[in-house]
Amino acid sequence: MTGRRLALILAAVGLIVAAAVALGSGQMPAPAIVASMLRTTLQVATPLTLGALAGLYCERAGVINIGIEGMMLLAAFGGFVAALAAHAALGDGAVGASLAIGVAAAVLCGGLAGAFHALLCVTYRVDQIISGTVLNVLAIGLTGYLSRQLFFQSGMPHAPGVLPTLRLPLLADLPLVGGVFEQQPIALAALALVALTHVVLFHTVWGLRARAVGEHPRAADTAGIAVARVRWANVVVGGLVAGLAGAYFTLESVPTFEPLMTNGRGFIALAAMIFGGWTPLGAWAASLVFGAAQALQINAQGFGLAVPSQLVGMLPYLLTMLALAGLAGRTRPPAADGQPYDPHEAQA
Amino acid sequence: MPAEPSPPPPPPAAPAPVSPLLRPVFPSSERVVGALQTALAALAVPVLAVVTALLVGGAIIALAGRDPLLAYAALWEGCCASPRALSETLVWATPYIFTGLAVALAFHGGLFNIGAEGQLALGALVAAWLGYALPGLAGPLPAAVHLPLVLLGGTLAGAAWGAIPGWLKARTGAHEVINTIMLNYVALLAVSYLLNGPLRDPSPLNVIARTPEIALSARLPRLAPDLRLHAGLLLALLAAAAVWWGLYRTPLGFAIRAVGANPAAARTAGMPVGGLVVAALALSGALAGLAGAVEVAGLNYRHELGFSLGYGFDAIAIALLARVHPLGVVPAALLLGALRNGAARMQFLASVPVDLVVVLEGLILLFVAAEVLVRRLYRLPPAGAPLVFTRGWR
Repeated sequence: MTGRRLALILAAVGLIVAAAVALGSGQMPAPAIVASMLRTTLQVATPLTLGALAGLYCERAGVINIGIEGMMLLAAFGGFVAALAAHAALGDGAVGASLAIGVAAAVLCGGLAGAFHALLCVTYRVDQIISGTVLNVLAIGLTGYLSRQLFFQSGMPHAPGVLPTLRLPLLADLPLVGGVFEQQPIALAALALVALTHVVLFHTVWGLRARAVGEHPRAADTAGIAVARVRWANVVVGGLVAGLAGAYFTLESVPTFEPLMTNGRGFIALAAMIFGGWTPLGAWAASLVFGAAQALQINAQGFGLAVPSQLVGMLPYLLTMLALAGLAGRTRPPAADGQPYDPHEAQA
Repeated sequence: MPAEPSPPPPPPAAPAPVSPLLRPVFPSSERVVGALQTALAALAVPVLAVVTALLVGGAIIALAGRDPLLAYAALWEGCCASPRALSETLVWATPYIFTGLAVALAFHGGLFNIGAEGQLALGALVAAWLGYALPGLAGPLPAAVHLPLVLLGGTLAGAAWGAIPGWLKARTGAHEVINTIMLNYVALLAVSYLLNGPLRDPSPLNVIARTPEIALSARLPRLAPDLRLHAGLLLALLAAAAVWWGLYRTPLGFAIRAVGANPAAARTAGMPVGGLVVAALALSGALAGLAGAVEVAGLNYRHELGFSLGYGFDAIAIALLARVHPLGVVPAALLLGALRNGAARMQFLASVPVDLVVVLEGLILLFVAAEVLVRRLYRLPPAGAPLVFTRGWR
């Protein structure tokens, strides 16, 4: 990820925010629009950022993961049910604890889904894209089946609430843009994880091994790295991160679950990862672009524009396609991305 | 479509691991016994995958405190136990055959088309528009002209929508998995906009987002009185035969399969790889678009928001269950159609949510993809290299 690319991607965010200012100038002062756009952008970019980081852990180690969508959906449901159960057990006095248990359960669900993906593609060397599709179909089926089985008579219940908004000290007290720094915990955790992932991937032994396995597994194997184990570990970590993204849907954004609520976010996260050149900082910047497009859509409704909502709604998807078509130049996937590794196979 | 009738180029020089997609379909006629053995061996894994999925599904039903036998009996009653139930299963299976063929054809070219859903929706919309608006624009038309135009329009709309990710892949290397999914959302939003706006049925009685009814001259005939079974099924069977013939008996089909098996070798052999990628995805989209047109002309007589119930996604399971063989798509589509059709009865009689069939679908997909699980479970001899359908992000 070159600095120039990063700047280019962030400029795209600026452009979208500027568009919002231009559209809404009649109704709101410009600084208020900028602050509102940035705040919403950070919020809605959260599952994309986390999803992209989840993909990154897998793909840097050479395992394609198109099952992020399914992982998020499973985790969103698992976390929701766990929070409900904890609330029923602990009562109204411990709403915060119930939600924390929900988040932990969601992360765990994501990790289990990651283990499933690793079992299929690392241990059994199943076609990775097919394995991801299996994960997506099973997630849709299981969450739909269980939510109907559990809540058919009672109707869909509400969780005890959503995670509280935190004010970052000092930053949140700034005039005009202070609101940008009032965010919920998972949104803040996503920012921290971007930095953490950058350090882990590029400045630790774990990251070096993961990248070696993703670029040239045979060389890594020869150097004494256990390829299968490194891939397993990274796919499970990716699953845990995707699980946190899932928690965003039912514990931070809205206090309820509905079937298919991830609505393609896992795939957009994947596109952000590619757009960002398989780097944490790039993936984060790209997630912000998609987040900004969505924020523009949300704000445009507030401005009461005459453009049909469906057409504005296409924006993130069209942007994804433009991004992939190399608007910001070609990017290169890890060399062994998507290739099962068989240590006993004769060298081609 | 760039259907270059180039002479069959020489086979690529010993492409390292030969893809199962390139194996000859039928063994030579003098070895009938061998052929039967091959067929049985090819059937073993899909059949056992379905059986295993049903067993696991039964365990899931039992875990929820319901009776799996009652549930499966209700499923059977709902899908197959009466002429009406059978007819409805075939009605379900008709779009499944088309979209299953669409996904299978793309797989042969090494491409994963997840966009059948959007291609189908656009095909249905264009077909519906031609069906109701054409007589107004061009005067009354005989069915022999109007119906083919309706089907052709839907097919071309799907082909165009499929060609976009093909072109993007050939031109920029952008991966078709992401682009076909993105185009699904764009197509569904566009259809939603058009059905709520310009193409909405203006009759004062209409309260939902749908087009007016298509003209009588644009309709496919029904096959039996009082049943919804329509001639689209015959078109679907024809399409399966045509895709088989096209893939295995024409230069274009050979070239598409060569690109799917080894694009580098195909390029070395002088094949226009980029054009073939566009052609494969355009043909795939055409089949999905035709699925939508047939639903409009044979069944619904209009396009309605949200009528498509995941045909495009189920198509992936169908193509894999058929192990991407065009003729295998037919029984696979019948199976999925039966499951979908019987699900409502199962929910009604046994209180097992219809979503169970999506779980079953995922399990079938799992056991077909992870062949080794099934082989180990039933002590089958191990297969050769695991099936690899796709090639990562390249």
